[in-house]
Amino acid sequence: MTDGALVVSILAAAITAGTPILYAALGELVAERAGILNLGVEGMMLMGAVCGFMGAVATGDSWFGLAMAMLAGGLMALLHAFLTITLRANQVVSGLALTLFGTGLSGYLGKAYIGMPVPKPFAVEPLGLLANIPVLGPVLFKHNVLVYFGYVLVLLLWFFLYRTRQGLFLRALGENPAAADAMGIKVFSLRYLYVVLGGMLAGLGGAYLSLAYAPSWLENMTAGRGWIAVALVVFALWNPVRALAGSYLFGGIDALGFHLQMIGVPISVFFLNMLPYVFTILVLVIVLARQGGRLTSPGALGVPYNREER
Amino acid sequence: MLFRVEKRMTTPPSLMVLVPVAAACAAMVFCALFLLLTDRSPVAVYGAMFEGALGSEYGFSETIVKAIPLVLCGLGISVAFRMQVWNIGAEGQFYMGAFAATWVALNFPSLPAVVMLPFMMAMGVLAGALWGVLAAWLRNRFSVSELISTLMMNYIAILWVSYLVYGPWRDPKGLNFPLTAPFPEAAILPSVGDSRVHAGLLLALVVALLLQFVFRKSRWGYEIRVIGSSPSAARYAGLDIQGNALLVMCVSGALCGLAGMVEVSGIVGKLQAGISPGYGYTAIIVAWLARLHPIAIVLVSFLFAIIQVGGFMVQTLGVPAAVATMIQGAILFFVIGADIVTQYRIYRVSGDGSEVND
Repeated sequence: MTDGALVVSILAAAITAGTPILYAALGELVAERAGILNLGVEGMMLMGAVCGFMGAVATGDSWFGLAMAMLAGGLMALLHAFLTITLRANQVVSGLALTLFGTGLSGYLGKAYIGMPVPKPFAVEPLGLLANIPVLGPVLFKHNVLVYFGYVLVLLLWFFLYRTRQGLFLRALGENPAAADAMGIKVFSLRYLYVVLGGMLAGLGGAYLSLAYAPSWLENMTAGRGWIAVALVVFALWNPVRALAGSYLFGGIDALGFHLQMIGVPISVFFLNMLPYVFTILVLVIVLARQGGRLTSPGALGVPYNREER
Repeated sequence: MLFRVEKRMTTPPSLMVLVPVAAACAAMVFCALFLLLTDRSPVAVYGAMFEGALGSEYGFSETIVKAIPLVLCGLGISVAFRMQVWNIGAEGQFYMGAFAATWVALNFPSLPAVVMLPFMMAMGVLAGALWGVLAAWLRNRFSVSELISTLMMNYIAILWVSYLVYGPWRDPKGLNFPLTAPFPEAAILPSVGDSRVHAGLLLALVVALLLQFVFRKSRWGYEIRVIGSSPSAARYAGLDIQGNALLVMCVSGALCGLAGMVEVSGIVGKLQAGISPGYGYTAIIVAWLARLHPIAIVLVSFLFAIIQVGGFMVQTLGVPAAVATMIQGAILFFVIGADIVTQYRIYRVSGDGSEVND
């Protein structure tokens, strides 16, 4: 492989590997914008991965699997929403519970599916003429359809957040729910909506792993990607476009390790596998140092909203 | 008919016990749905789990053996959680403790037990503490959330141990299995009779009593609780929040590191990949269910060890062991959901707003 081809191949792999993190990060971003911290991303992704896989195996239709994955992620998020919004439980602990429960339940449900193939995994579908552009084509437009949908989703979400009235309301939910309430915004039901939406995206990210990326089911196959997504939302300063850049950067680190191994760089595979985790901490240090430790996080993030106590 | 919810000033002690117990039962029912969904009889599975964990001498001793790391990690986690420092890195600190203890056992094989065991303990504690303090330092210096840093460091620690047992530390006589050479006799914690229950149990109980004293009676125990419940009040009172963050993560990591040392020295007798089936994560649930009280942590650890061993035992019936994690996660869910009953008073009011007594 020439150097140029290697770079193209790493960049393309960065996007392939970054997409599940992107979906999960966008979902978390939406929930956090609404003021709810959901640390259950890892659990929701795993449930999405296993339910998507089961749905695809049962019907032979990966699109059906995808729908199941989003349903599973959404239901998991609904639990979190009920606990944190209605019962005003501690968001950190509830999110941890969601991750632990999702890890256990997905391992339980998926036991019989280990080593099974996906009937029709999402395959690479080059995007017509776009795929023929030199360099950019193979990097951006020779992927499966879920990768393309990721591009579109980022743009849609950006437009929604910053250019629409409902997007403004969403930001208000997380900044100052009392003021939003006074404006007549339905704080409780909208927070429910966005937390569940976030869970559906996490489920989608999980299904991407089991139906397109791997494509197979393995216990704990997310390997911390859900947590990396949580960290990415901070890195992204709650902006979808920055989340896209961050996700592909992480995909790149992932891909880099794999490629270094392939061309026989004498570094232990265990150290290469550490890269994304070390990098997550480093990236946070750099971003936070540049922000002087003062983040522009949603003002009411993590604080339960109680009408009577405002 | 209307319901009104009002914050309780005090919680009756009976509720503090009743509510978690009821919630745990509800969680078992909830998980029974998933068992039914996969065509398994919940009664048979739960029955087999309890039978497996408590019904034989072997099962019972296994349950105690599994409770030991849960107690130590749970206690470690409780120190940090009391200050609302979210150390979810117990798993990584456990691995680092196991790694450091193994380093001693492999490099100084001729030490006598009286020197060897304390040395291993000291190194295990030190490694766990350093791994924890690193996260606290990142939090103080760069405001990196310890939630994320400790979790990332779990993966790093596990990969580090994997690197060692697959690489430089692999036993040449081990038929290529990823494990180190067995420890010398002096590096093994003494055990009770011919069971696998080892001196780590005593250690765990002593630490629990010690922490009970620290939390209840010491000024520091009070300080970290104040900081945890109201950082702004603590700052106003001149309490050193950053210094205490370092200290709680140091103690927290030290105890989890000790758990790792105890496990390699008391049970495994060597270092191998996957020495923890997720003790560090289960201990988070344990600590929270026990409301961060040391004595309660001991009791809840034992209950969770029953579930863990039970989950292992029902594998013979073809039930995946992950059933244990599922039940444990669900219990945490239901307990935090049920907390509304302990923190708030719910009562019915009639149409005109007066309280209905019934």
